[in-house]
Amino acid sequence: MSLAPPVVELDAVTKRYGTVEAVRGITLRIDAGEVVAMLGPNGAGKTTSVGLMLGLREPSSGTVRLFGLPPTDRRARSRAGVMLQESGTTGVLTPREIVRLFGTYYPAPMPPEQALALAGLIDKADARIGTLSGGQRQRLYFALAVCGNPDVLFLDEPTVAMDVEARRAFVASVHTLAGAGKTVVFTTHYLREAEEMARRIVVIDRGLVIADASPRELMARVAAKRVAFSVAGSLPAGAFDGLAITALESVNGHVRFLTNEPEAVLRALFTRGVELGDLEVVGADLEDAFLSLTRRDEPARTERA
Amino acid sequence: MGTASISSMLLAQARSEFVTRWRIPAFSITSLVLPILFFTFFGLPFARQTSPAGVSVGAYLLVSFAAYGVGNVMVYGFGIGVAVERGQKVDVLMRAMPIPPLVVITAKVLNALVFSLISIVALIAYGVVVGGVHQDLGVWVSVIGRLLAGSLPFVGLGFAIGYGASPNAAPALANLIYLPLSFASGLFMPVDQLPGFVQRVAPYLPSYHYGQLAWGAVGAPAEPLHVSLAWLAGYTALFMFLALRAYRREESRKFA
Repeated sequence: MSLAPPVVELDAVTKRYGTVEAVRGITLRIDAGEVVAMLGPNGAGKTTSVGLMLGLREPSSGTVRLFGLPPTDRRARSRAGVMLQESGTTGVLTPREIVRLFGTYYPAPMPPEQALALAGLIDKADARIGTLSGGQRQRLYFALAVCGNPDVLFLDEPTVAMDVEARRAFVASVHTLAGAGKTVVFTTHYLREAEEMARRIVVIDRGLVIADASPRELMARVAAKRVAFSVAGSLPAGAFDGLAITALESVNGHVRFLTNEPEAVLRALFTRGVELGDLEVVGADLEDAFLSLTRRDEPARTERA
Repeated sequence: MGTASISSMLLAQARSEFVTRWRIPAFSITSLVLPILFFTFFGLPFARQTSPAGVSVGAYLLVSFAAYGVGNVMVYGFGIGVAVERGQKVDVLMRAMPIPPLVVITAKVLNALVFSLISIVALIAYGVVVGGVHQDLGVWVSVIGRLLAGSLPFVGLGFAIGYGASPNAAPALANLIYLPLSFASGLFMPVDQLPGFVQRVAPYLPSYHYGQLAWGAVGAPAEPLHVSLAWLAGYTALFMFLALRAYRREESRKFA
């Protein structure tokens, strides 16, 4: 199998919509059996990237290959299952009927029962699609993605609109598929979700890949705590010099930054004679995580009011 | 690398298209019941009469409404059906599937032909049983054949509306175009009973020449078959061109 082409290959791909550059130059290779999360905030270019991989969008420059073929090639598409964020089905069919129909698009589909079971939709298999809840519809789209028994699954924001239980079942199904050797590419803006399901996380921000690592490596790079406090007087000169912090903001005596080592940093600040009030140390959210990734190499800035 | 068989996906697609349309009463009832209803109001009172030229008035009116019914299936089925599916973004997911767009469209056409066939047969059966309209079996077969074969311009018109109009505007647009077109072409009452200016416009309308196909089949005075076919071919080309243009515009917006 070493001679088989990669599942997905993006080579210096850009995509412009008018004057907006949604993807600004992504080179990415995904091999068979990988489970990859495309992580990024809304508008980062994740959906556009998936659209390019599927041939739904044409790149403005660069090349895209799916199993070594143009992604619009039917032979490539016959090996790909797809769940899109913005798509629908007619409401008058039942999940069983439409899963059976979509199976006929693929050369070796799985029995409709099996796809419905993987998606946790057996008890709604014969209801009209129009009567399904948002979360059940998501499960249906997942069933449609897997019903062709494809080698690769593309899932764009798969857990949106799923409740906690549905999410848990979905994660379990993805693990099952990954265990069976399927390649899975999914987008999410939840760091936890990426960490939970993927073995590789590709972080996309403003149309560029800003990190591509295993969850463990990425978590180590991401500043895990946000520290905030206020200072009564003025800050001593060089108060933050040499400290392991990022995304420093200091406005009107309110100071915020991100760090992996809050204890050491605070100890240093006490030693330097900084008078802290209203101290808060909280786990960083995704926005913070992005800040720490995107600003890692920039010098800390101090903004004046 | 394997791909699925085109014929089996076409069959499954057409079947599911049929089930979908059948379960939408707004479509199935309009397609099947409306022509029968119109024939009941406008046709039954004269169904047993014969014209001075020896043509069964019942048969003439019956095939007129059959023509109206088939055009209706095409214009509404494609016009509203395609527009609604665009609104539901069904097309986006389909685009990523290994089924070629042409197969999806062919399935829609097949399904519309089956619906049309059911619509004509139901109307003829009603006319024969309730209206006492009698023609040789060969005449009815010829009516069905001509109406199905000549329905292509309305497939084009439907697609043009379906890809050109927004999901909300499509039903109104389909009604505004198709209903007056049918009236003005003599499908509801003979052309010589229409207002003068409509009589002058009628010979330029696609449904007028479509009606001629049907009238010719039951022995009523009609233009030569090749003239009807030439007009219908011309309108097919025009509507298909408009449909293709709207389709391409949509493509470049959604999938460029």
